[in-house]
Amino acid sequence: MSPVSLRRWSWIHKWSSLVCTVFMLLLCLTGLPLIYHHEIGQLLGNEVEAPALTAAQGGAAPPRASLDSVISAGQARYPDKVMMYMSQEADEPALWFLTMGATPTDPKFVSIAVDARTAQYVAEPPIEGGAVMAFIFHLHVDLFAGVPGKLFLGLMGLLLLVAIVSGVVLYAPFMRKLEFGDIRHGRTARLKWLDLHNLLGIVTLVWALVVGATGVVNTLADVLLQYWQATEIAAMVKPYEGQPPPARLASMEQSVARAQALQPGMQVAFIAFPGTPFASAHHYGIYMRGDQALTARLYKPVLVDAGTGQVTDQRTLPWYLTALLLSQPLHFGDYGGAGMQFLWALLDLATIVVLGSGLYLWLKRGRAGAKARTAAALKPAPEPALAREGEPR
Amino acid sequence: MSAFRRSAFLKLWGMPVLLGMLTASGLVAGLLGDGWWDLAALAGLGLPLLVAVWHIARSA
Repeated sequence: MSPVSLRRWSWIHKWSSLVCTVFMLLLCLTGLPLIYHHEIGQLLGNEVEAPALTAAQGGAAPPRASLDSVISAGQARYPDKVMMYMSQEADEPALWFLTMGATPTDPKFVSIAVDARTAQYVAEPPIEGGAVMAFIFHLHVDLFAGVPGKLFLGLMGLLLLVAIVSGVVLYAPFMRKLEFGDIRHGRTARLKWLDLHNLLGIVTLVWALVVGATGVVNTLADVLLQYWQATEIAAMVKPYEGQPPPARLASMEQSVARAQALQPGMQVAFIAFPGTPFASAHHYGIYMRGDQALTARLYKPVLVDAGTGQVTDQRTLPWYLTALLLSQPLHFGDYGGAGMQFLWALLDLATIVVLGSGLYLWLKRGRAGAKARTAAALKPAPEPALAREGEPR
Repeated sequence: MSAFRRSAFLKLWGMPVLLGMLTASGLVAGLLGDGWWDLAALAGLGLPLLVAVWHIARSA
């Protein structure tokens, strides 16, 4: 590597890392409990579980309540509110989660769990998993600053990607005279931490790149959804322009049955009610998912006329929403069971060490030392006595 | 590229490339299916960590 390019890459690595390190440490620390948010929710008693059925309710096949009676159970609890969404988790078909608000875009919505088999009210789980988890969640996702906060963290994520790439470029001059994984003890602490920084950095490289890049993609979620609503959803509801919204909503049970007839083998992931951003004033947006590991992550939207209950349009998601949905598991590490969760936590901890040691190396790096190091690195390392420790060789 | 240059390149980048490919295939394997796929994902993500732990323990 030429002296000029070594100095340039060092400058890029130093500043891209320095600017984002504090935020990346925050993201790694808050990300750790988020990996285990289901387990923490269960410990805190904030996770809703489907009640066991009595012998009379049960039977050979698990019963299934009509979706209309599931919705009625929510409306009985909140007669003044309207339905916004209803959703089901892939691994818990016995529960429906209803989101209701004063208006279809009410930010002070409530969330209710209803038994999918008996249409009985089950519980009102705390929003975002309770106060503590909600606090951690917002620190991780938007710094309590909404969409601008998300985009800011996305920018910090981009800097992390720059820091990772420049770190890989610098790996070569620093490691040329060393075996892979060498950690030099017995000289100075700085040298040991430099070697650890290089080893853990290169070992976690691909994981950190993927989690960083998918994190950046996730910060664009709101922007991508708004674009999709402004283009594709707008096109799907174009024929309804100027018409008043339906006075009476069609049966959800029948609407979903028609959607499912068109998409055999798919399950309902969530349903958006008229007036919400995922539907239109005239439609139910029924979002179906597949039953395979990969297709369960992807949604197929089916638009149903909320007045007549007839399917009016169905589309595949555009590539950018497919990319968003596929980037979520790669960021969360929630797609390979408990073992993957554990490895995600270990890799997160290793990243904390890389970030912390990088900060330490910068703090321990004198101005004069840096110059001498660069100068020494430019020479073909004539004799060991002149070679300063820790410099690129 | 001479044989010398090639071996120098392998010495420097052999392990990083191998571990990177292991990680990448682990990340993808987990997405493709459950069961055996998940085990493959664990191996792909876990082996690089084991290599790091081995080197740290060896030098301690």
